[in-house]
Amino acid sequence: MAHVTAADLEDLTARPRLFGRRRAGTTGSRPPRERGDRTRSFVLTLLAVVGLALFLSPMLRSVVYAVKSTDQITQAGTPLWPADPVTFAYQGKELPLLVVPLPDGTIRQLALFEPGRKSSMFVDPAAPDAAPIAWQGSWRTLDQIWQFAPHWENFAKVWDLIDYPRLLFNTLAIAVISTIGTLLSCTLVAYGFARFKFPGRNLLFTLLIATIFLPTAVTIIPTYTIFQKLGWVGTWLPLLIPTFFANAYDVFLMRQYFMTIPTEMDEAAAIDGAGPFRTLISVILPQAWPVVIAVAIFHLVYAWNDFFGPLIYLSSDPDIQTIALGLQRFNGVHYRDPGLIQAGTLMTLIIPVIAFLFTQRFFTRGIVITGVEK
Amino acid sequence: MIAPGAARPRSRPRFSGLAWRRARWGYVFIAPWVIGFLAFTAFPMIATLAFTFSNINLNQAEPLQFVGLRNYQTLASDQRTWDSLAVTLKFAVLALPVGVCLPFVVALLLHSRHLRGSGAFRVLFFLPYVVPFVAGVFVWQGMLSADTGWVNGLLKFLGISHPPDWLQDPTWIYPGLVIMGLWGIGGGMIIYLAGLKGIPSDLYEAAKIDGAGAFATLRHITIPMMSPVIFFTIVLGVVDVLQYFLVPLVLKNGTGEPGGSTNFFNLYLYQNFFTFQNMSYGATLAWLLFAISLVLTLLLFRSARHWVYYAGEAR
Repeated sequence: MAHVTAADLEDLTARPRLFGRRRAGTTGSRPPRERGDRTRSFVLTLLAVVGLALFLSPMLRSVVYAVKSTDQITQAGTPLWPADPVTFAYQGKELPLLVVPLPDGTIRQLALFEPGRKSSMFVDPAAPDAAPIAWQGSWRTLDQIWQFAPHWENFAKVWDLIDYPRLLFNTLAIAVISTIGTLLSCTLVAYGFARFKFPGRNLLFTLLIATIFLPTAVTIIPTYTIFQKLGWVGTWLPLLIPTFFANAYDVFLMRQYFMTIPTEMDEAAAIDGAGPFRTLISVILPQAWPVVIAVAIFHLVYAWNDFFGPLIYLSSDPDIQTIALGLQRFNGVHYRDPGLIQAGTLMTLIIPVIAFLFTQRFFTRGIVITGVEK
Repeated sequence: MIAPGAARPRSRPRFSGLAWRRARWGYVFIAPWVIGFLAFTAFPMIATLAFTFSNINLNQAEPLQFVGLRNYQTLASDQRTWDSLAVTLKFAVLALPVGVCLPFVVALLLHSRHLRGSGAFRVLFFLPYVVPFVAGVFVWQGMLSADTGWVNGLLKFLGISHPPDWLQDPTWIYPGLVIMGLWGIGGGMIIYLAGLKGIPSDLYEAAKIDGAGAFATLRHITIPMMSPVIFFTIVLGVVDVLQYFLVPLVLKNGTGEPGGSTNFFNLYLYQNFFTFQNMSYGATLAWLLFAISLVLTLLLFRSARHWVYYAGEAR
């Protein structure tokens, strides 16, 4: 690790002060752009494009496989893109078209009429009434002719095989209710830590932060047992109720943000006779909506993607499960059909991805808040 | 919940009268968390600790009793525990450096003033972070497939005639799982980006005046200024990687295939809880995990004094 002492940095920062160029509190800006480094710009951008292409290529593969026919997936030597073999209708049969090099040196597209190990009979689609052409050699060495043909039926099959609307509704309901719980509780707790002095505050706050580092396993069994005794296992309650008791991440985020809001307005409101609740609702919250939105979005994503909670609490009843769990169950049954699995996978990830693309500026804003260190 | 107002002010004179009324409101507001902490963290932790000295299990065939250190004796002699711990550590040694460094490198790239269209890149590099991990597992499972996967397709194209069977080989499974985890870099990347934005630009100007090159600037300004964020990422990364098991659970259905290479510690732990229903031994494993996390976290905090630079302290 770098051994840079504070003195080194003082030395570096002191120098510009000599030139009188130090502007107090200048942060948040990138180093200024200069002219004349087009090459670097090009190389870096190219690097980013290649990196991004590799990074997102699994998504493309997933799409391609989801729209390939099962025949194409199970057959070797097929094109990378979704395609069907081109066929020719002959005597009531669909014959595959192959590229055949003929003894006279010409290469023609012929329909395989009678496949054989050593020699095969072909029909010329241009002249179907002519006599079939005999060709010596193994037809398997010949290239087939393909045409682009996406098969959308995988999505329809998945829709029929799993109760997709039900899973979607469950996931959305759990995500929304737990987000409401998180917002309510974390706002109150963050307000308590940010605006009130009380004995033990620092200790309690340290304790709160320490829970981030606690392995789930060390609390899960008694918690699970209690929920079971309450008859809550097999219901949404174990996933919903705890969110109404705040969590460390979101309290931390909100507290950091609340602390940046000047206290003058709190005091003015107090002089006007507003109680602490009134102050929270009419002074703090109107100024804190960026962090509220950030926490809401992060929690929605978290709840949407949560797997372990639904796995241990909702496994017994498929009707109350979330989409993540539904997908895993689906894979357990249909793992032999990659096209179907990829279609199901895409149907699971499409909603968070679209939601993200629409709200991405809130993500980045929320994240800037995340970056605020103590 | 509300501390007695009369007794305490004597020991803490700054809390009196009006201040106490405010303090009481403070307790009221944090009450949801305090109650939740007691119910869902403190009590279960202590109960879990108590379980380690008992023979409790889910169907309780023999009468519940205090068994002293029996579970700890089992722990010491249980080869599966130590094997699973070795699996987790093997994976951690590979996954942790990638999980800490790669998001940093991508963040540096995205922060570079030379990069065009950095806003779009930022969105797209973050995008897979919102993909549910179960979906991510199935996408990458196909991607890493030995015959039909594009990773091996690319490797073959680059001239590697026998690329590894990533997910079926007991050695290659670890890099395979690390690759599967790449879609999670968005979280770390965006925290690093926020940190990079917070570095005062005059430090870079000063470095330029001193004639520092790109590498020297990175080593003497960016990395020291980013050290608190790097530290934060390492600590969270350690705690996370010790608990890693969900991806192999979904991928291999908890079988530990290939050849026991995915018998992660946490998988064995949860198997004790939910499959073998041996809660007392599972609880012992949970406390072992907690102890290891705690020791590593404390060691990291201790090491932080030597390499983490807090800008506030120097002034």
